[in-house]
Amino acid sequence: MNKQTPNQLAQWKEEWRQGFAREKARILICAGTGCVANGSLEVYKAIKQEVEARGAFVTIDVLLEKEEETGVAVVKSGCHGFCEMGPLVRLEPSGVLYTKVKAEDAAEIVEALLRDGKPVERLLYRHPVTGEVYAEEEEIPFYRHQQRTALVHCGHIDPEEIREYIADGGYEGLYKAITEMTPEQVCQEIIASGLRGRGGGGFPTGRKWELTRIEESDQKYVVCNGDEGDPGAFMDRSLLEGDPHRILEGMAIAGYAIGADEGYIYVRAEYPLAVQRLKKAVADAEEYGLLGKNILGTGFNFTVKIKEGAGAFVCGEETALLASIEGKRGMPSPKPPFPAQSGLWGKPTLINNVETFANVPQIIVQGADWFNRIGTKNNAGTKTFALTGQVANTGLIEVPLGTTLRQVVFEIGGGIRGGKKFKAVQIGGPSGGCLTEEHLDLPLDFDSLQAAGAMIGSGGLVVMDESTCLVEVARFFMNFTQNESCGKCVPCREGTKRMLEILQRAVDGEGRPEDVEVLQDLAEAVRDGSLCGLGKTAPNPVLTMLKYFKDEYIAHVVDKKCPAGVCSALKGYWIDPELCKGCSKCARNCPVNAISGEIKKPFTIDETVCIRCGACVSTCPFKAIKEG
Amino acid sequence: MEQKNTVLIDGLEVELNGEKNILELTRKIGIDIPTFCYHSELSLYGACRMCVVEVEGRGIMASCSTPPVPGMKILTNSPRVQRVRRTVLELLLANHDRECTTCDRNGSCKLQDLSNRFGVKKIRFGERDVKLPLDESSYSLVRDPNKCILCGDCVRMCAEVQGIGVLDFAGRGSETVVVPAFKKGLAEVECVNCGQCAAVCPTAAIVVKDETDRAWAALNDPTKTVVVQVAPAVRVALGEEFGLPPGEIVTGKVVAALKRLGFDKVFDTSIAADLTVIEETHEFIKRLQKGERLPQFTSCCPGWVKFAEHNAADFLKNLSSCRSPQQMFGSLVKKYWAKDLGKKPEEIFVVSIMPCTAKKFEAALPHMTTDGAPDVDLVLTTQELARMIREAGLVFDQLDVESFDTPFGFTTGAGVIFGATGGVAEAVLRAAHEFVTGRPVEQINFEAVRGFDGRKEATVEIDGQEIKVAVVHGLANAKKLLEEIREGKADYQIIEVMACPGGCVGGAGQPISTGWETKKQRAKGLYNADKLSQIRKAQDNPMVAKFYERWLKEPNSAAAHEALHTTYSNRERISGEEIKLIAGDQPKVEIAVCVGTCCYLNGSYDTLQKLMALTADEQVQDRINLHATFCLEQCEQGPVIKVDDEIINGVTPETVEAFFKDKILKKLNAAGE
Repeated sequence: MNKQTPNQLAQWKEEWRQGFAREKARILICAGTGCVANGSLEVYKAIKQEVEARGAFVTIDVLLEKEEETGVAVVKSGCHGFCEMGPLVRLEPSGVLYTKVKAEDAAEIVEALLRDGKPVERLLYRHPVTGEVYAEEEEIPFYRHQQRTALVHCGHIDPEEIREYIADGGYEGLYKAITEMTPEQVCQEIIASGLRGRGGGGFPTGRKWELTRIEESDQKYVVCNGDEGDPGAFMDRSLLEGDPHRILEGMAIAGYAIGADEGYIYVRAEYPLAVQRLKKAVADAEEYGLLGKNILGTGFNFTVKIKEGAGAFVCGEETALLASIEGKRGMPSPKPPFPAQSGLWGKPTLINNVETFANVPQIIVQGADWFNRIGTKNNAGTKTFALTGQVANTGLIEVPLGTTLRQVVFEIGGGIRGGKKFKAVQIGGPSGGCLTEEHLDLPLDFDSLQAAGAMIGSGGLVVMDESTCLVEVARFFMNFTQNESCGKCVPCREGTKRMLEILQRAVDGEGRPEDVEVLQDLAEAVRDGSLCGLGKTAPNPVLTMLKYFKDEYIAHVVDKKCPAGVCSALKGYWIDPELCKGCSKCARNCPVNAISGEIKKPFTIDETVCIRCGACVSTCPFKAIKEG
Repeated sequence: MEQKNTVLIDGLEVELNGEKNILELTRKIGIDIPTFCYHSELSLYGACRMCVVEVEGRGIMASCSTPPVPGMKILTNSPRVQRVRRTVLELLLANHDRECTTCDRNGSCKLQDLSNRFGVKKIRFGERDVKLPLDESSYSLVRDPNKCILCGDCVRMCAEVQGIGVLDFAGRGSETVVVPAFKKGLAEVECVNCGQCAAVCPTAAIVVKDETDRAWAALNDPTKTVVVQVAPAVRVALGEEFGLPPGEIVTGKVVAALKRLGFDKVFDTSIAADLTVIEETHEFIKRLQKGERLPQFTSCCPGWVKFAEHNAADFLKNLSSCRSPQQMFGSLVKKYWAKDLGKKPEEIFVVSIMPCTAKKFEAALPHMTTDGAPDVDLVLTTQELARMIREAGLVFDQLDVESFDTPFGFTTGAGVIFGATGGVAEAVLRAAHEFVTGRPVEQINFEAVRGFDGRKEATVEIDGQEIKVAVVHGLANAKKLLEEIREGKADYQIIEVMACPGGCVGGAGQPISTGWETKKQRAKGLYNADKLSQIRKAQDNPMVAKFYERWLKEPNSAAAHEALHTTYSNRERISGEEIKLIAGDQPKVEIAVCVGTCCYLNGSYDTLQKLMALTADEQVQDRINLHATFCLEQCEQGPVIKVDDEIINGVTPETVEAFFKDKILKKLNAAGE
């Protein structure tokens, strides 16, 4: 099928667009990893059966034979990002979103759709705080404040159906680039768009392309970095699962721009669904002549291979990733040389993150200016974040760069769960840092975050409330980086081990006063001295903790207290003298006589005697006994 | 305005002359930036972070991997740089087994040296919390992971210079270790015992196995006649241990020291080298005349021999069958000289002083024996001899020179240059012409095969025939050459291979040194000794002539073969890896199913499963032994099953039942009758 003329794409688009337009309605069942885990495939089967039973089921192949509007399509979509509400079912054209759907709901959903289109109210989203019910997906506060451009197709098309992607304008960017632009112009367009690497570093994408383009070599490569390893992050996975052709198109455009005819997608083997959909997408694109030799009859060749990673966090670092593709141990190597000069098998290599490539087709189609208008100065476009932690709404979101943390946490996230107080967010996963209340109005962009000691990273955003211990959080991330350190350079391998040791001591109640200084000094030396990004950023959680929550750390190592009451070794009870009426009930109930005092005056607990059984807490009629 | 081609280093303007990295540049202007993992002959690794410098606008950078760019402002000793270096040292020390006083490398340890230099006095972190077992499996080397600083020098040395890659990193984070595959011992993998890993190790994570105690025990055993042979390369390096410059010939002092230590006879390995030249040259001429088994490879180097056994089974027939000079010497002593003394082989204890660690392995080979006694009982390296001299309190540079004992003391220049790369080839060339034509050769020096290029070649005309000679050292160079020969791209008649870069002068048993300069000086010392020799050709050695006359008849005779030649074995497969699945009480049939990669992909695992089910169905488990094995070398035709000694190809899960009835049951029935 690779002998089409270039205008074949336009013909296809028109034909298939019309075909899909003949659907009377469509039911999209989310088949992202989260919803699948919650049983969405059974929901799909049940809904399909119900539609078939009513004789209304159509597919694109049927629709292409028809001339008038008919039937209901039932398709599996990619991830909507609102995973905790899954399995999700979306109806089109109404835009109704059903949440937490079970297979048993299928008949009711189909019945209602075919009857009068009035949604089944009990399956609609109900705001956990306000109690308000929303019918349309786009009206739900979680979505209303988002701007989904990279994720535009996720949840809205069938990722396994290339005809849907093409019908919605897919591969037009590639077509335009090859037929109307020179490679240099493509690079310039990307430079002009202001797109910066979405993998965390924020390096200007167009410049990277241009640097790779100007290298002279018989062979160059395009590599897509899909080794998403941050705990809790799933932006890349959702994109690869929900819109794989967009990534392939972005890579092919890059291939044309830099002069490469071969591309690799490095994707975690722990993402089997993404791997499966990518494989199908590559095969389909090759079948339609959109990848492979002589693409769209233009003479441009570009093939894509899929390389499954074995699950090392460090392989997200570009030089380690390239080593891994080459079949070597995934260890970073010093830069320079940069991959643009000497990358995969020593050849000039362009390596970009999944989300970066996802932005490319639209920039080419709609122009750099369009992209530049989104976001803020020097930080154009949108960014996806995995919003997790103690917010009301968790999930995958996409907002223009420069959106404030407050908007993300309180408008999209719906505020802190259970009426607790906001304490901090950890942004950028183990490479990022924590930000506090004072940063709530900080615009989320590359530069502002870096100035605050954090980084976008790949976009993990963990919201923490007052019941979180930041020392424990720092310990958690340090444990992660220590386990994931490749062991190559001394500061990272040994330094993270010792930072972890010091933090572990703190949460175990064995901290030493001098640790404060040693930890700070060591963290700075590791940041300065490490070989790769993993090591250089590994101290960020510690450094920001020491910057913004130093008191909390000192409380651990000097006062032997965990103010958040998390670290069990430091848990203790104390009597709030303002609330205590001196009734002596607690003292009488204490099994070890640790509480003493004068009647009608505040009592006190002798911590050296207290066995932390908590008996006093429940007996106090005035709630004067506090933990911490 | 044009940018000047200079950088500022600590405020000093320095011109650039194509230096690859900042480190190279700073060394040129007399600033010694510390490193653990930077070696000019190894690939860039950039891991130790000791060489960091501060570059204005770019922060802390590794000077080994950063090229200087005009206009750079570099600080080599700023507070930030100092902090990184000291922290690195402190972190390394915290995780290091700091038993310095009893350590092999006490005094020659780079970690110890740099820690002193950077004033690390206090360690703020905990002690090393794990004690990993030592790997003492090898005859030659001991690995102590508790002292490893993971600089990767050994890994790159083994892979890049030696082309082997026995060692690599395993594990992540602080669990990272350098180990052979599957955490096996060095003796169980394709390690050739060259010891270059130990030579390049900055600490004592890999050291030469110390066997001086066995030497002292033999010297103090009144029932033993203890004789010692000294290899050529030792005499130009031992002096370094006692403050003398590399390359200084200390032969007479070595002899004196050995005598003072109590050795009964002190002999020179060079005389056995002369014998090697004669045997090997005759062998070569014979092959040349018949046009078979060419190119002929030298076989003096046990590192190379083992390498060939592992990696070049197709060329084993091309190796000269000559034993190495060390083993020729031992064999003659035990087979003939002992008789002269009226002693049994086991009453004579032969010690070798070698620049080499692989010689320890070679001496322990089971077929290098006479009447069950090893031909060479103990191999000590140059380093170990130095230790004995120090222990005995001998002031080395004040010793009066003495000469070797007879009959194994008379040497020629040819036998001495064996210690440098190209030496064996040159000695053979000196002999070949003469053996073919019967006329003494005019040319003595063959400069083309000298020096330190990775591959040297020469074309020599002998009696109208052009002989192409190649000399390689460093096994990666040998590997490349083998590949070219296989592809028909290289054509030589005789090839000298030495495992260690520089040949024996660069052996891992020599005093610890880094860089080429020391090796060059040692080689120069050997060539000087050759120049000063009265007799420079092996074939002119009158003692060697006597050995033939009295013991060996003539070159390549049956007696010579018995005493001076050997055989090789294919080591391409790691043996002893069978997995026992069924072990019958009274086994009548041995069955081994290959589960190597190719057979596995062809379904051998399913074949195996079915086979086990069949044996259960027929209730014959007690009458068979069933193993899973790795590779029966029939990879194209798997799944492969070995039944007793017969190899049967293509036993698929579909055909296994027929196979079982046809092969196994029939055999069992036959055995039952």
